[in-house]
Amino acid sequence: MTKLQTSRRGFLKTSAAVSATFGGGLMVGIVLPAAGPAQAAAMLHTPSAWVHIADDNTITLISARVEMGQGVYTSMPMLIAEELNVDVQKVKVAFAPPGKVYGNALIFGLQLTGGSTSVREGYDKLRLAGAQVREMLVAAAAAKWKVDAATLKADNGMVTGPGGKRATYGQLAEAASKMPVPEKPAMKDPSQFRIVGKPTTRLDTPAKVNGTARFGIDVKLPGMVYASLAMPPVQGGKVKSFDAAKAKAAPGVVDVVQIPDGVAVVADTYWHAVKARDLLQVEWDDGPNAGLDTAAMVAGTRAALASGKPIPHKKEGDADAAVSAATKVVRAEYVTQNLAHAPMEPMNFTAHFEGDRIRLVGPTQWPDAVQGAVAKMLNLKVENVAVENTFLGGGFGRRIDFDYVLQAAQIAKAVAGKPVKLIWTREDDMQHDFYRPMAVHQLAAALGADGKPAALTWRVASQSVTGRVFGLPPEAPDGTMVETATPLYAIPAIRQDVVKHDTGVRVGYWRAVSHNMNAFANESFIDECAVAAGADPVAYRLSLLDKQPRMAKVLQQAAAKAGWGTPAAAGRFRGVSMMEGYDTYMAQVAEISIKDGAPVVHKVTVVADLGAMVNPDTVLAQIQSSVIFGLSGVLWSEITVAKGRVQQFNFDSFRVMRNNEAPQIDIVLVPSTEKPGGIGEPAVALVGPAVANAVFAATGKRVRRMPLTAEALAQA
Amino acid sequence: MTTAFKINGKAVQAKSEPDTPLLWVIRDEVGLTGTKFGCGAKLCGACTVHLDGEPIRSCSTPLSRVADRLVSTVEGLSKNNSHPLQKAWIKHDVPQCGYCQSGQLMSAAALLASNKNPSDADIDEAMKGNICRCGTYVRVRAAIKTAAAEMRGAKA
Repeated sequence: MTKLQTSRRGFLKTSAAVSATFGGGLMVGIVLPAAGPAQAAAMLHTPSAWVHIADDNTITLISARVEMGQGVYTSMPMLIAEELNVDVQKVKVAFAPPGKVYGNALIFGLQLTGGSTSVREGYDKLRLAGAQVREMLVAAAAAKWKVDAATLKADNGMVTGPGGKRATYGQLAEAASKMPVPEKPAMKDPSQFRIVGKPTTRLDTPAKVNGTARFGIDVKLPGMVYASLAMPPVQGGKVKSFDAAKAKAAPGVVDVVQIPDGVAVVADTYWHAVKARDLLQVEWDDGPNAGLDTAAMVAGTRAALASGKPIPHKKEGDADAAVSAATKVVRAEYVTQNLAHAPMEPMNFTAHFEGDRIRLVGPTQWPDAVQGAVAKMLNLKVENVAVENTFLGGGFGRRIDFDYVLQAAQIAKAVAGKPVKLIWTREDDMQHDFYRPMAVHQLAAALGADGKPAALTWRVASQSVTGRVFGLPPEAPDGTMVETATPLYAIPAIRQDVVKHDTGVRVGYWRAVSHNMNAFANESFIDECAVAAGADPVAYRLSLLDKQPRMAKVLQQAAAKAGWGTPAAAGRFRGVSMMEGYDTYMAQVAEISIKDGAPVVHKVTVVADLGAMVNPDTVLAQIQSSVIFGLSGVLWSEITVAKGRVQQFNFDSFRVMRNNEAPQIDIVLVPSTEKPGGIGEPAVALVGPAVANAVFAATGKRVRRMPLTAEALAQA
Repeated sequence: MTTAFKINGKAVQAKSEPDTPLLWVIRDEVGLTGTKFGCGAKLCGACTVHLDGEPIRSCSTPLSRVADRLVSTVEGLSKNNSHPLQKAWIKHDVPQCGYCQSGQLMSAAALLASNKNPSDADIDEAMKGNICRCGTYVRVRAAIKTAAAEMRGAKA
């Protein structure tokens, strides 16, 4: 998500309305909000959009990023609290409403949580906001006491001065709110940090162990009814006709309404809605995707490598000529599969339509887009669309899309006056995801006499998520397809390009996005080059990293920590991978055995240099999380389509990692003062090639497609 | 017609039809929303509660089955996070998104009720039905051991 092209940025900045396709062909426009400062209610004083201080000294810090497990509910307030000089364990935290001030500078100013950007984007900005408010509080005290501000100290929620003068932030907040905002307040040197960089207990943990944390599915509004939506069995299909007589007669049913995406049953309880939905008789028009089939989609993507129009990504020297002329050439093709996000909380949202306004409550990664899209869809003023975020029961990129919010809004309008909570079933969720795109990579390297790659040609055919979400033109470069595409290795000649190929399946941003496919191809391929050169995979990589000392150090540490070069236990084998992604340098070593023809992962060693950290314990958690999330897709999970129908419905057919299958995860974080890197995603991308390379070490078989099932190994 | 049962020690008369899954009775009628809907098919464990002390998947348990029996949910562990498992969960900062954690806690509570010194294999067996897409498994395991130690009276 992070490295969108410059041209793209310009396009978005100059575009008031960004067109996008959602909900299987429904065209909507996202109006970027023009709203100003915080609208958070019941906060008495707002010296800043980020800090609300009540008279009783209750301090509420605003998180403009949504909490989906990655820890921003703690790390964002930590950054503000560091300079505000308050105890972060004593503050309250609120999610920001849609507002321009809460935009994400790393994603075009959109209020979007994703791309492992939260800490990177907030690191300076939020500390600055904390320092500004601190100085405003001090200025208010100085004016009140008629003393020089330089004689005052603001700490622990209190301003103190000579002669025992003291006032709480709450007592000063009203006056402070009227003070000019200092442009360059004094800021701590990192060596003075008391909060940032220190392991900190998550602020949301207590509510998440006693059932009180409020997720979207827990929202309850007075008079609320529940909806369950029958959607077409083929994505892009439509309702041809339906008979709702039986459903309408079922207990508790309030109404049955048709919306563009299907037929919704609205009832007094969720269970009544679901049961009555089963009584609907809907005839579907399967639409243009009725013939979709995964094998044909892979073949079509592969064919596009030759027939499609390549978009150049990188060119240095004449790699094609070098490969053609070389005596020793390594060639390989890698295929990655479609995947569902499958967060534990199925899609849901609550909407309350009241004539000229609507209130939307629930889990979304992109509240300002929700606001703009619903305003446009229902022809409402943007400021009359209220969006309130809850905790997200997982996101992983799925809740960047908001098809389910539009559905809830449409249903709410149809039953005007009653708040409606739309809840998808797990099957709805699996069948109507925006899947990780499949990709086919073809790589070729000319190896020199020293065994090192003298030239690399690299082409990928895959589907553009950004084309769908942002309307990026087909001929435009898509930065989210070429993440970590160019390896850090010294390769004198390189030619890389991208072919966009639309398979017909709708695709979305899936945790680590194209890092997954590109790292799988690159890090498998460099292993193949090492084998062709007769070199050790770690030593070979290091020999190509002379100009990348930060990366080399991380790789060396990973090798040392994993015992690379020493014999593994009987039956155990190791594989390595590395990359820079999200400004984070990371290497992994996977240790596996083979059981019943498939890999069993016993241990994953991760070494990361991600620059300065905010909450190191969250960093560890995100790496643990990413390894396990990644392994599900590496070992088992796959979305397949036959006759246009997704073949997976629930966690029986879409297998994900369980507790008894989780490996030991050893993590080393390299102390660093570099600027912060992202950590929510990179480890997802590296575990695939590490395991695939370990499979080669174990079996001599190079498995070039994911998932690495027994079937894939048998066919390799 | 109503169905009588006890939830976290409190008597309730549920009006929902007897075939209604216990999960939706707990969430929408009783109003305790800590217990979560994940799959509706006994595949993910997010809806785990105890029935007479045994862990069950409430998404697939009809209300009729709990008549005159004792149901307990995550809210029944403690409201002030004083249960050894809640304390251990906080100590290890287990939750990420947190959505599956009520189910994880209830499966763990059932395990520790009968086994105060679980081996890794015991934990595997008790917890493999609870999916966590955030991958908190490493910490779930550590926290169960910490809680077990406290319940044994040992230093955590």
